Amino acid sequence: MYRQATGALALSLVALAWSSPASAGDALDHSQFVELQQPFETPEQVTEACQSCHLDVAEDIHHTKHWMWQTDDVAGSGKRTSMNNFCLNVAGNWPRCTSCHIGYGYSDNKFDFQADNKIDCLVCHDTTGTYKKFPTKAGYPVLEDTDFMGKTFKAVDLTHVALNVGEVGRDNCGTCHFYGGGGDGVKHGDMDSSLKKPSRSLDVHMDVDGLNFSCVDCHETEDHQVGGGTSQRLPEGHASKAPVVACENCHTETPHSQSEHSARLNDHTGTVACQTCHIPEYARGGVPTKMQWDWSQAGQMGEDGKPLVKKDEHGHQIYNGMKGAFVMGENMVPTYTWWNGNWSSLTYDDVIDPSTVLGMRTPNGGPGDGKIFPFKVHHGTQPYDKVANVLIAPKLFGKPGSGAYWKDYDWNAAAAAGMKLTGHEFSGELGWVESDMYWDQNHMVAPREDALDCADCHAENGRLAGIPGVYIPGQSRSGLVDMLGWLVIGLSGLGAVGHGGARMIFGRKK
Amino acid sequence: MKTQKVLFFSLYERFWHWSQALLIFVLTFTGLEVHGTMSVMGMEKAVNIHNVAGWALVVLEIFTLFWMMTSGQWKQYIPRFEKLVDQVKYYAVGIFQGAPHPTVKTPEAKHNPLQRLTYLGLLAALVPLQLITGALYWGYPQYQLEGFPLETLAVVHTLGAFGFVSFVVVHVYMTTTGHTVFSNLIAMITGYEETEKEVH
Repeated sequence: MYRQATGALALSLVALAWSSPASAGDALDHSQFVELQQPFETPEQVTEACQSCHLDVAEDIHHTKHWMWQTDDVAGSGKRTSMNNFCLNVAGNWPRCTSCHIGYGYSDNKFDFQADNKIDCLVCHDTTGTYKKFPTKAGYPVLEDTDFMGKTFKAVDLTHVALNVGEVGRDNCGTCHFYGGGGDGVKHGDMDSSLKKPSRSLDVHMDVDGLNFSCVDCHETEDHQVGGGTSQRLPEGHASKAPVVACENCHTETPHSQSEHSARLNDHTGTVACQTCHIPEYARGGVPTKMQWDWSQAGQMGEDGKPLVKKDEHGHQIYNGMKGAFVMGENMVPTYTWWNGNWSSLTYDDVIDPSTVLGMRTPNGGPGDGKIFPFKVHHGTQPYDKVANVLIAPKLFGKPGSGAYWKDYDWNAAAAAGMKLTGHEFSGELGWVESDMYWDQNHMVAPREDALDCADCHAENGRLAGIPGVYIPGQSRSGLVDMLGWLVIGLSGLGAVGHGGARMIFGRKK
Repeated sequence: MKTQKVLFFSLYERFWHWSQALLIFVLTFTGLEVHGTMSVMGMEKAVNIHNVAGWALVVLEIFTLFWMMTSGQWKQYIPRFEKLVDQVKYYAVGIFQGAPHPTVKTPEAKHNPLQRLTYLGLLAALVPLQLITGALYWGYPQYQLEGFPLETLAVVHTLGAFGFVSFVVVHVYMTTTGHTVFSNLIAMITGYEETEKEVH
C-alpha cells in the first residue's frame, strides 16, 4: 500500500512510478515484448496478441458488466434492454452507444458476446492518451484521421499504444464515464472531465497534489470485475459479483474522531450516508451537468438547414435540433431520499401511466433498510406509445431512410423502427411523458471543512425537509405539540396578569 | 403582635433553587433553538450548551436528593389536604378581600398544601421526566430503549419543557402573594423572612 506513504519523497516516487511504465510499478513494462512489437492492422490483432500471454482473460472479461452490459444472470438489468431519459435506449442505436462498449463491433443485437478477439483491451489499458474509440463505429477506433461533428479523431497508432499498455488510470475510466449521455458531465453530475486533475476542494481523494487516488484504488478489481459502487443497478434481491465500493470500506462506520462533537457525528452514520454531508454539491468542477432534457422540443432547423443549436451565456448548449431543449446545472444541491442500494427501473416492456411523472429509475428502500443518500434527479420529457402505454425506444442513429431520427427527423418513423427492434409494434400514436431518473452521488467528495454543517439539515426547511421516517431536531416538529404548549404558557401568563391586576384593583397590597 | 426574622431556606437550598433556575433558563433558551423555534446561536452551539447544562442539572438534582434525604427536608413535600380547599379559596376570593393566609408558614412546614402538591409534582414527576427523556435523547441512537424512538422522546421532552415554562410563569407571579410583594423573593435570597409570631 505505497499510496498510504506520506511525505514529499514518497509522493514523488509514486509519481515517477506512474509516469513511466519502465520504472518499478505494479504493471510490467510491456514495451519489451516481441508479441507487441509488430505492425498491427486491426485492433483485433492487438487483442489476440494480448491473449497470447493473458490466456484466461477473455473468460473473465466475458462475465463483466463492462462487456455484458447487463449482469449476466439478470436479463433486463443493464444497458442492453433498459431505458433512460437521456438518449433513451441502446437498442436500435448500437454503433453510436457502443462506442463506450469494451468491445469491437457491437453494432446490432446479433453481437457475439462469446467472441474473444472482440474485446477492447486498449481502451482501459492505454497509457499514451492517444487511443480513442470513434463515436459512431461500434467501439472501433479509427486508423486514419476522421472527422466527427467538427472534431478530428486522429488515426490511432496501434503498435505504439500496445507497447505502452499499463495499469488503468483515471483517464481510462473517464473516457467513457466522464462523458456518459453524449457529452462531458451530462449524465452523472458527480463525474466529468474536471476529475482528471482535480483540486483538493473538488475531490479530496483524487486531489492531484494530495492523495491523487486512481479510480481503481476504491473500485477494487478482481478478475477484471471492477468493483461497482453503491450503483449496482440490480433489481431487488440480486447481489453484485464485483467488490462493492463504499466509503466505510476504508473509513469504517465510525469515521469521526472521539470528541463529543465527533461522537454526535458518528451517531448519524446509521441513518445518513457519508455522501449526504460530504458531497454538499455536485457538478462543482466547472462542467455543467444536464438537469432536464425535453425531447418533444427537438426538430428545429437553422437557416443553414442543419439542426438549430442555442447556447447559454457560458457557451453550453441549451437547445439542439437533434435532441431538444436542455436545462444545465452547476454547483447543484442534491435531492435526498432513502436508499438501500437497489433500484426500480423501467424498460421498454413496462406498461406506464402517462398521467404521472414516471420513475425512470428510482432508489428503493426506506427507514428500515436504507440510509439517506444524495441524488441528482434528471427530469426528462420523452416519447411513449399512446395506445400501448409503453415507452418508445426510438431509433435515433442510423442511415437516411432507416427511420433514424437524426437523419429523417420523423418521430413516427423513428418510433416504428426502434420499437420493431425491441419487439414492439408502434400504434402510430406518439405522445410525450415526463420522467425522473435518480443518479446517486459518490464523487466530488469535499474536504471536511466544506462538508455540511448541523444547521444545513437541522433547521426549518433544512436539506432533509420532507423525508419520511426520521425525526430531525430543529427541522421536524409537531405543530400540535407546539400549539398546545404555547397555549398553556399563554393561559398561565394571562392568569397571572389577570389575578395580579385584580389584586391591584381591590387594593389589598400596600 | 411582633414580627421576627426566621430562617426558612438554608444556604444549600438557596443554592439549589437559584442554580436550578439558571439551568432551567439556559436549557429552555437553548432547547428552543434545538427545537427549531428560534435561531440565535446556531444549532451546534445550542446542542453543546444544552448537553452541558442538562448534565449539570442531573448532578444538581442528585445532590439535592441526597440533601433532602439527609436533612429530612423531603417531608416538606408530603401532601397535606386539610387546608387545601381553604388555600384554593384564598387565592380565588380571600386574597382580593385582604383575608389572612389560611396556613401559617413555619420552618417545619414552609409550603402551603397547594405548594406541596405543586412542588411534589415538579420534583417527583416533571424533573425526572425531563432528565430521563433528555438523557435518552442525548444518548440516541447508541443507547436506545425499545419503543422509544427519537420522535417520541422529542415530543415528550418538548411537552415537559412547555410544562416547565408555564410553571415558571405562575411560580414567579405567586412569589408576589406573600406578606409583601417581595417578601418571598427576599426570603429565597437571604434565607430569612419576617414572620408574625405571637409573643407569650
